[in-house]
Amino acid sequence: MASSSNISELQQNAKERLRIISGHLQKPANREQLRVSANECKAEAADRSLEKTGTIPKRRQDILKWNGWGYNDSKFTFNKKGQAEFTGKRYRLSGMVLPALREWFEKTFGASLEHKTPARSALDPSEVPPPILNEGFVQDLKGTAIPFSCEIEDRIFRAHGHCLHEVFALREGKFERVPDLVVWPNCHNDVQKIVELACKHNICVMPFGGGTSVSNAVECPSDEKRTILSLDTSQMNRILWIDEKNLTAHVEAGIVGQDLERLLNESGYCTGHEPDSMEFSTLGGWVATRASGMKKNIYGNIEDLVVHIRMVTPRGVIEKSCQGPRMSTGPDIYHFIMGSEGTLGVVTEVTIKIRPIPEYQKYGSVVFPNFDQGVACLREVAKQRCAPASIRLMDNEQFQFGHALKPQVSSIFTSFLDGLKKFYITKFKGFDPNQLCVATLLFEGDREKVLQHEKQVYDIAAKFGGLAAGEDNGQRGYMLTFVIAYLRDLGMDYYVIGESFETSVPWDRVLDLCSNVKERIIRECKEKGVQFPPLSTCRVTQTYDAGACVYFYFAFNYRGLSDPIHVYDQIEHAAREEILANGGSLSHHHGVGKLRKHWLQETISDVGLGMLRSVKEYVDPNNIFGNGNLL
Amino acid sequence: MASKTLYADPRLKKRDDFEDILEERRNSSDLRYALRCYTPLLYKGITPCKASMLKTTVLKSDHVHYVIQQLSKEMGESPDIIKEEAAEILEEMAQSLQLGIIRFFAFTLSKAFKKLFQRVKVNEEGIQRLQQAIQEHPVVLLPSHRSYIDFLMMSYILYTYDLSLPVIASGMDFLGMKIVGEMLRMSGAFFMRRSFGGDKLYWAVFSEYVKTMLRIGYAPVEFFLEGTRSRTCKSLTPKLGLLNIVTEPFFKGEVFDVSLVPISISYERVLEESLYAHELLGVPKPKETTSGLLKARKMLGDDFGSIHVYFGHPVSLRSLAQKKINRSNFNLVPRHIPRKPTEDIQAFVNNTGYRMVRLQQENMVVSPWVLIATILMQDLPGVDSEYLIEKTAWLRSLALLFGAFLDWPDHVPTSKVVASSVALHHNIVRNVNGRVVLIDEEKPNDNSSDDLVFKKAVTVLMCASYRNQIMHVFIRPALVAAAIHTVCNARKEEVFSYFNFLRELFANEFIFTPGNAVQDFEDGCYLLVKCDAVQILKQDFVVTETGQSTISFLVAMLRPFLEGYQVVCKYLSEEVIEGFTEMQYVPAVRIFAVKMIISGSLKSYDVLSSDMQKNCLAALLRLNVLRKTKLADQITIKVNQAAVTRLVDALDGKTPVQKAALARL
Repeated sequence: MASSSNISELQQNAKERLRIISGHLQKPANREQLRVSANECKAEAADRSLEKTGTIPKRRQDILKWNGWGYNDSKFTFNKKGQAEFTGKRYRLSGMVLPALREWFEKTFGASLEHKTPARSALDPSEVPPPILNEGFVQDLKGTAIPFSCEIEDRIFRAHGHCLHEVFALREGKFERVPDLVVWPNCHNDVQKIVELACKHNICVMPFGGGTSVSNAVECPSDEKRTILSLDTSQMNRILWIDEKNLTAHVEAGIVGQDLERLLNESGYCTGHEPDSMEFSTLGGWVATRASGMKKNIYGNIEDLVVHIRMVTPRGVIEKSCQGPRMSTGPDIYHFIMGSEGTLGVVTEVTIKIRPIPEYQKYGSVVFPNFDQGVACLREVAKQRCAPASIRLMDNEQFQFGHALKPQVSSIFTSFLDGLKKFYITKFKGFDPNQLCVATLLFEGDREKVLQHEKQVYDIAAKFGGLAAGEDNGQRGYMLTFVIAYLRDLGMDYYVIGESFETSVPWDRVLDLCSNVKERIIRECKEKGVQFPPLSTCRVTQTYDAGACVYFYFAFNYRGLSDPIHVYDQIEHAAREEILANGGSLSHHHGVGKLRKHWLQETISDVGLGMLRSVKEYVDPNNIFGNGNLL
Repeated sequence: MASKTLYADPRLKKRDDFEDILEERRNSSDLRYALRCYTPLLYKGITPCKASMLKTTVLKSDHVHYVIQQLSKEMGESPDIIKEEAAEILEEMAQSLQLGIIRFFAFTLSKAFKKLFQRVKVNEEGIQRLQQAIQEHPVVLLPSHRSYIDFLMMSYILYTYDLSLPVIASGMDFLGMKIVGEMLRMSGAFFMRRSFGGDKLYWAVFSEYVKTMLRIGYAPVEFFLEGTRSRTCKSLTPKLGLLNIVTEPFFKGEVFDVSLVPISISYERVLEESLYAHELLGVPKPKETTSGLLKARKMLGDDFGSIHVYFGHPVSLRSLAQKKINRSNFNLVPRHIPRKPTEDIQAFVNNTGYRMVRLQQENMVVSPWVLIATILMQDLPGVDSEYLIEKTAWLRSLALLFGAFLDWPDHVPTSKVVASSVALHHNIVRNVNGRVVLIDEEKPNDNSSDDLVFKKAVTVLMCASYRNQIMHVFIRPALVAAAIHTVCNARKEEVFSYFNFLRELFANEFIFTPGNAVQDFEDGCYLLVKCDAVQILKQDFVVTETGQSTISFLVAMLRPFLEGYQVVCKYLSEEVIEGFTEMQYVPAVRIFAVKMIISGSLKSYDVLSSDMQKNCLAALLRLNVLRKTKLADQITIKVNQAAVTRLVDALDGKTPVQKAALARL
């Protein structure tokens, strides 16, 4: 555990991490001036004290990749020496060389740098279907002065989320249906106007937040004949007020996670809601999908954080009349909204709980001799209800994966120390390097309490054979979640495709579910003719009183397959069946979208599905919000 | 080692070649063999565990703990006392597999097997498949059960091929044998009580014990689906208790898959043949005792021919259950709480049981003697040897056509094959003046006394047990032939109705997969057409000229069974007035049948077999001809005389049977 001498360094690291998350303050150079003067909006936000400074511009393509994950300037490449490096300046890994990655990549997937599958360099406009425009609607929309566009780039950018097949289609395929129009409302009232017009002219509205969906939720239904309007909430990104007495903030739903955190930090607060996608995903998106954050053990998941929701539906605006912390007023109507995935309306404003920024943050990690012991430890931690802000357990494959992302060490001393650590764990303690696994920890709070808490957790870990393995390993584990999506793009340059998916499962089933699903993936790959053994790995990412959230990474080398995406889909489908057969849920936080609709009925029963249908029928009888998710 | 290809019907899967494992034993030191280095490949997911640790794991398991708590609440007994009881049960039951004792058995069995048997032949490809399967998933070995030798033989073979030694579910009876019982325990046997219906604690401890061994991949789990040795050498209908236990870990997601391996062990001459015949005739089974075993040594001088052991393809439980069982049904109750299997699980396990027995049958090796016995049984007390040779050759080609797995020596004239078979079975038949006759038939027509009937019956039942070994090959076409023969009208629907009636009637006698009537019928028809016995013109059957003899032969093969059931019916209508108890039933039918034989009105002896009597009783209860009623703590069986008459008429073909559902024909 950390000695006092390097605590300043720790703080440095903690700050560094905050910098990653909120480190994109620079105004994009060519950010457009707002064309519209939204007087009404201003009036509504009269007492607003914070300046409007969103990270994501209207022209997303100016800073984000059009056919992959994240920022244009950040990506993994193999340099001339054949070593992997991560470009850009935004992340801790940026500008670093990762000497072990290539070997891991080649060994794990049987891939080779000689076999490349580069993406096409630019979008071919002729491949994008021409827009279907409802003239009456367009006329009326012009009358509102709300900015909109039907440029090809704007439309294609909002035609997809980040499912494998969507990214693959961007790289070398095509979309059957993309939005016909993109509109940027500036405030709640703009949204109301747009929805009214949509109802009047019977067009289809698809709300679009951060576009980080991995459930096909923003994919346009190919049989939609009406005009599809993509309602981009990115310009509704203001904090309207902060209530320090009640520790709440009222925020427009289009704000992305990192902006929300940064702006609140300026006032000394945070929400503590940190989903892995927080750089790009929005508050409204979190509400619409029932999102979960890494630090939910302290701050709660989105359903615990939300105090008030305002949503525009074809029937009108839905919201509650007060902000009481808990109510017994029939079924909670917010629970119809959370997880509605854009099928009922647009979330425009949310009151969310805030907390003072914690005094102290500390990473940590524990090595266990095997996955079983690790899970037993997490279960005990959950039982004693002493889980730190975050506790995650990687299996052996993922541990090795994490090691492949170690940057070049700067001094001989560090590499000597690494060697010594490895020797101690494998030789002296007798851990099998092909069995051991690592838990990563993040503590947060008062300094003293953190240290106390840390001791408690490490003491429990010791009972399960766990050895403290330093802060560095812990931090690298969390870094992995931010760069994993970038890594997928690298893989796709070399015949490797992959995806992650998640579930939640009761404690007693965790081990069986993990091993059966991994085995199923391996077996399905073999049966479907995949030529190379796949990467099939998992980790436990959240602990609850009654169970855990489990995350799977699955990737394989598709050389020799004629239709890799179809094969991939079949295998993921089989893996989901296996999850359900082993007592896992359909989703812990990714949502259902269109990808997992197939199983919703058996998950929530016929009556349950009927209940949701009847709500949809009442709220949106003409299916204006026709993205086809969920039901 | 010499190998030989056996004939295989091209319609069936190709069968593997056999190797004789005794050959090497005859050429090298048994001692060195018993002491050689034994390093089997293990299950890849194995949790290393000692036999003693196993017991602790079971006692500490959530399942056993839960049941103890429940029982404690129900009975007001302290949990500690019940736990002690559980520990005792476990003590009585548990195996304690030890390599030392295995080596001892390897040595002594080598000696014994070489004396008893000419050859022990094993399909090595099957062994390789098994070796693969053992590494991938927990394995359940399902051998057929015709002799006590079966499980010794299984462990012996697995040791020979350096495979993991199995743990074997055995009857408690063996524990009665001093020393030997404990030796069996150390060679991997674990002991289950024959019946423990209501005993929740016993069930919990036993099932948890088996499941634990399976889950952690301790060793392949071996048990006999048929539940007991088949005294008649026909396969018995599967008993589902253990199959339910070993399938559960898969349904509950505790293991990824389980491999079920059907194993067919065929004996050219069954060690217990005369014992079985006596048992079937009501002489009680001798208790398993050590001194009895020592007495059995005298058998070592005799020749029991060859044994064939065929390891079938491992069947993946996961693939069997695909689309049939929704495993999420187990999501809503904690997995350690015992629950009665749901109907679909029961149906699935039942079906799996039948499927596995059928797979055992498919690879049972049939010796020439079986063909001879089949012919003799139709022409008792004996036939001309010339005729026998000719008929055997004919039956051989018919059996091959029907897909029998025949062990026929290459390049040897039929006459020699017949002669050597007759010589091997000298305790059943003799060649007297150019006639092959059952022994003790030298004084014909002198069957006046009960004693002589009994003596003759012993020989006939022994002979019948060999005919029974090929019944699974012929039963489907034979039932179709009997239906064609009985139904005057040759319409396909009518024939099917009668076929279905017989199939239902004989469902305890032969192995028919439940719900598979149409497929069975189609299979039977296919084979009859294939051997040119019948032609199917549109919807009618036409028996060909040459086919008449085949049809008659097949019908004659069934006759003892039909007659047996008719005798029981006759007994029921003539002798039973009020009702009877199960205890009275077997002796009463036997006395009735003996009377008929003495009076000359019954030729076939098969009905004297208690096995057939019990099967018939079960069938009649199932068909509601008989009904069980409980009267003052005693279960009495009442007869529905009208139903008996209807059944007899239907068997005689006097009245048409009720039409079966024909939709799928």
